[in-house]
Amino acid sequence: MTSAAQGVPPAASAEPVLAGPGHFSTALVPPADTPLAVARRLVSRIVTLCWVELRKIRHDRTELYTRAIQPALWLLIYGEVFTKIHAIPTPGHIPYLAYLAPGILAQSALFIAIFYGIQIIWERDAGVLTKLMVTPTPRAALISGKAFAAGVRSVVQATVVVVLSAILGVSLTTNPLNFVGAAAVVVLGSAFFSCLSMSIAGLALSRDRLMGIGQAITMPLFFSSSALYPEKIMPGWLQAISKCNPLSYEVDALRGLLIGTPAHLGLDMTVLVLATVAGVTASAALLPRLAR
Amino acid sequence: MVCSALTYSFGAHTAVDHVDLRIEHGETFGLLGPNGAGKTTTIRMLTTLLRPLAGSVSVFGVNAAERPMRVRRMIGYVPQMLSADATLTGRENVQLFARLFDVPRSLRHERVESALAAMGLAEPASRLVKTYSGGMIRRLELAQALVNSPSLLVLDEPTVGLDPIARTDVWEFIARLRETADMTVLMTTHYMDEADTYCDRIALMHSGSIRATGTPGVLKAMLGQSATLDDVFRHYTGGTLDDDDEKGGIRDVRRARRTARRLG
Repeated sequence: MTSAAQGVPPAASAEPVLAGPGHFSTALVPPADTPLAVARRLVSRIVTLCWVELRKIRHDRTELYTRAIQPALWLLIYGEVFTKIHAIPTPGHIPYLAYLAPGILAQSALFIAIFYGIQIIWERDAGVLTKLMVTPTPRAALISGKAFAAGVRSVVQATVVVVLSAILGVSLTTNPLNFVGAAAVVVLGSAFFSCLSMSIAGLALSRDRLMGIGQAITMPLFFSSSALYPEKIMPGWLQAISKCNPLSYEVDALRGLLIGTPAHLGLDMTVLVLATVAGVTASAALLPRLAR
Repeated sequence: MVCSALTYSFGAHTAVDHVDLRIEHGETFGLLGPNGAGKTTTIRMLTTLLRPLAGSVSVFGVNAAERPMRVRRMIGYVPQMLSADATLTGRENVQLFARLFDVPRSLRHERVESALAAMGLAEPASRLVKTYSGGMIRRLELAQALVNSPSLLVLDEPTVGLDPIARTDVWEFIARLRETADMTVLMTTHYMDEADTYCDRIALMHSGSIRATGTPGVLKAMLGQSATLDDVFRHYTGGTLDDDDEKGGIRDVRRARRTARRLG
């Protein structure tokens, strides 16, 4: 990308290089509105916004490192201690650290996604959102793009947690397809939670309020899922909540794919896909409140 | 571009009241008025951001409320606020818009580079926008709007919050662009001198309605030989411009400071 600059003659600000006459007047042919074309445009918007996210990670990696500290502590301290005392029954008597690792992976993805709505409020305040909404991008496509961009950022972060777990001696799958599947699960999970965050952004309309609400719901979401302990040792009321918590399904799928514990992959994926669709619909409906 | 009986209100306050406008192909049209006159609300309806409560907008024969996506493809829009993604480079900001406007992959590189070059940003294009000055960000936004080869360029207060040198600079780039491209330009401003110099025709807007339309020359001539556009404005709106401009001045400064803080 940067090498492209060298192909262009350097332009002094006093004497800019001008394009030939009529260069900008050749308008593009508007694309067709067939269902296939609409679907392709949706995919194109998602790819574009994921590309933007990757560029941003490339320009500034500090967040990637600072966000690695928390999962490292959970695995190193909490994980090691609870592995030693054998307090939590694990399926197939696998080490607790191995049981915990996918849960912490889902947690770090959750932390990224649940505060993703802040970005959209920032873009609103900076006037960028208005400009995005004047491009031929339907609201649902814009939200889907943002949701998957959150997914991309989460996958990058999750890779750090996977590497960390491997270093700590967790025996992970060796099948590359399982890693691809796990990445898909992380993307979907983060897409849902970022939509939840963007919906709250559409209701709260301010960064501070969104931060507060985000803080208030992250831990309840985490503790009411099967990230730290199996559902069967939870009290009945918590089991009921856990069954409604998409994070439980995300963790279940990640455990099945990465560690090899028995999982309901079909159910997990169905729940995550439906939750994401519902999330995109809700945030797209609330988006005009932000653009007003 | 045609607006007829365009109306919008925020609660009980009617921001735009039965506005009729007709902008001819290829002209630079200025919508003038103090802050709060309804210029931005009018622009937001033209750019499909707001749905008119009554009346209609048609851009090159396409109704903006009925086919917003088709209208958006013809428009290049630069909002009032300096707005580019400071965490990306200048080039990436333009590439983003090329992708969002479905510029085919084969044309993308060339379009992006020539839009950057036309705005004098070829050299700093690889730098993060954080490091840009206000005038550079505004030119970058113009490059973003150009990458789609719009038929209608909509500029909402293009020089607000810029220092005098950057203002002249931005206008020079717009003027050069007008020479090379067959583009209709609609802009709002509350700087009368800019409208006088750069617009083919202007409309004076006050309290949500259009008070007068015509070329700057004709409007001035109607009031006598030595009349300025300020005089014309005072004549049609009852002499409130100075007060409003004063307020506008303070608001500009605040806005510019906010922008400066935001972009580090």
